[in-house]
Amino acid sequence: MLLVLPIIVPMFMAAVLLLIPWVRVQRWGAHVGALAQLGCGVALFHRVSQEGIQVLHVGGWRAPFGITLVADTLSSILVVAVGVVGTAITAFAFAGVDPRRESGGYHPLLMVLLMGVSGAFLTGDLFNLYVWFEVMLVASFVLMALHRTTAQVRAAFLYVTLNLLSSSFLLTALGILYGQSGTLNMADLSAAWQQNGPPRLHLPLAMLFLTAFGIKAALFPWFFWLPASYHTPPAAISAVFAGLLTKVGVYSMYRVFTLLFREVPSWVFVLIMVISAVTMVVGVTSALAQRDFRRVLSFNLVGHIGYTTMGLGLLTPIAVAGSLLYVVHHIIAITNLYLVGGIFLRLRRGSEFERLGGLYRTYPVLSVVSMIPIFALAGIPPLSGFVAKVVLVKATFAAGAYWLGAVALAVGLLSVLSMARLWDEGFWKPAAPDADKAKPIWPMVVPICALTLLSLGISAAAEPLLQLTSRAADQLLNPEPYVRAVLKEP
Amino acid sequence: MSSSILRTAARVLMPLLVLFAVFLLVRGHNDPGGGFVAGLVIAVAFVLLMFADGVEAARRSLPVSPWHLLGSGLLVALTAGLMPVFVGRPFLTALWAHLGPERWDVLVGTPLLFDIGVCFVVVGVVLTMTFSLVED
Repeated sequence: MLLVLPIIVPMFMAAVLLLIPWVRVQRWGAHVGALAQLGCGVALFHRVSQEGIQVLHVGGWRAPFGITLVADTLSSILVVAVGVVGTAITAFAFAGVDPRRESGGYHPLLMVLLMGVSGAFLTGDLFNLYVWFEVMLVASFVLMALHRTTAQVRAAFLYVTLNLLSSSFLLTALGILYGQSGTLNMADLSAAWQQNGPPRLHLPLAMLFLTAFGIKAALFPWFFWLPASYHTPPAAISAVFAGLLTKVGVYSMYRVFTLLFREVPSWVFVLIMVISAVTMVVGVTSALAQRDFRRVLSFNLVGHIGYTTMGLGLLTPIAVAGSLLYVVHHIIAITNLYLVGGIFLRLRRGSEFERLGGLYRTYPVLSVVSMIPIFALAGIPPLSGFVAKVVLVKATFAAGAYWLGAVALAVGLLSVLSMARLWDEGFWKPAAPDADKAKPIWPMVVPICALTLLSLGISAAAEPLLQLTSRAADQLLNPEPYVRAVLKEP
Repeated sequence: MSSSILRTAARVLMPLLVLFAVFLLVRGHNDPGGGFVAGLVIAVAFVLLMFADGVEAARRSLPVSPWHLLGSGLLVALTAGLMPVFVGRPFLTALWAHLGPERWDVLVGTPLLFDIGVCFVVVGVVLTMTFSLVED
């Protein structure tokens, strides 16, 4: 039952919020819903770390016939992260969404989005995964286009077109897979292929999945939809997209490739490494060319996705653990920075560099609080990004992929540059002459402070967290316990 | 656009469509049909009314707003899913009960409740979309 709670708590809240017309009550309802989901996530995480992999056969239909929900260490960590991001966003939304979006159903849609993301992290069935992708896509598309300004609708169309393309790749792969194997339960497929050897079209299937999830994760040749769309909606929407949606693509790649495609030719994994490296380089160098706080963040988001997929290319336990640690750090830091971007929107009515500056003089505490996630994302020691990058670089050297380690280091340097520029333009330089002096409202600052504390917590607890992600990596790389847990007789 | 042929036809067709939707809903457990398609048919009935008499008339003839229909449908479906949890079965397990006197033997279960919820959600979604598209 615990397994299904992170999905049905936001669903229940979405339904209730649809029936409540008062925006003020909706804000509280959404916040309570997100907090409850965080609670369920933590409880689930505790259960998984105590008792091992948790499995629920929905409706009492056993795998492979019904839909199975599975929570291993990775899934439970990510479900907790969904709760954290949801709680922060709903707290931020007390101050930061335009009235038209709020009355148009912002709060219920946000709940639907959180439901979709949790569902994707928990499902053990590929078709069900596709359904959760669609739930996320519909919710995020409507959230993006709700305000209906020209720029937002244009961005939303690009976003939905590229994501539908991804969905059609995924659906094609699922069709082929189902035609060949007669099942879409990941554990069942893994067990069957383990016994009978991989099917025909194994390699094309891997490529289809790589493309589908690569689009979702915003990897190199397919990333352009992200920077073109993520800076248009307000911070309370783009922050949740940035924090969670690309990570679902990354998570799905890890899940599918470790369970089903371990036997593909090794050049596929080299290809993943190359894609990750190019994504890092292109993302971060493009960020250097931008002159808008939120666009810089979007390109950095793309660039840093490369760090999270590097581990899948190397496929050694320590590399995967490092990448997963990077995912956790990145979810917290990037969500926080998009919220900081929201403060700029409120104070300066925009996030172009010409409008910014001078914040250090007027809001010193807020500036210091924002500096921490900026430098955490840049990877300045001893903040959270640094630890994950050290682990990753060590893993590349240990695996003999020196070129990848060199790229990761160089990109780390470039992202320090890009982040320092962000700090300078946003906070340090003299304010634009016509900067108005509106005060940030405390609900916007509270979640930023909380997420910053969490970032510091990740840096302080880096060793136990690395042990945790190492356990998650072990479960990914040795899928037998996962398969057994799903398929075992009651 | 107000054609008296369309208006008259809509008035005759609407109850038939809704009745047909109920038929689809009830037979859906074992035969083709179910909550989704029943919801679509009901939505089509109201869209037909909208074409004949205008959006306002269609909105008026719907007792609740589509937005609320969507919310309550979700709640109904969720209730159907949660009922088995309270008797210690997994989420969404079907529970069945025999209703009425012995010789009729009506079998009622949570899948029907779930389908009713789905039906409400589909009507709500389709009508929200069509009404706001036409009103723009």
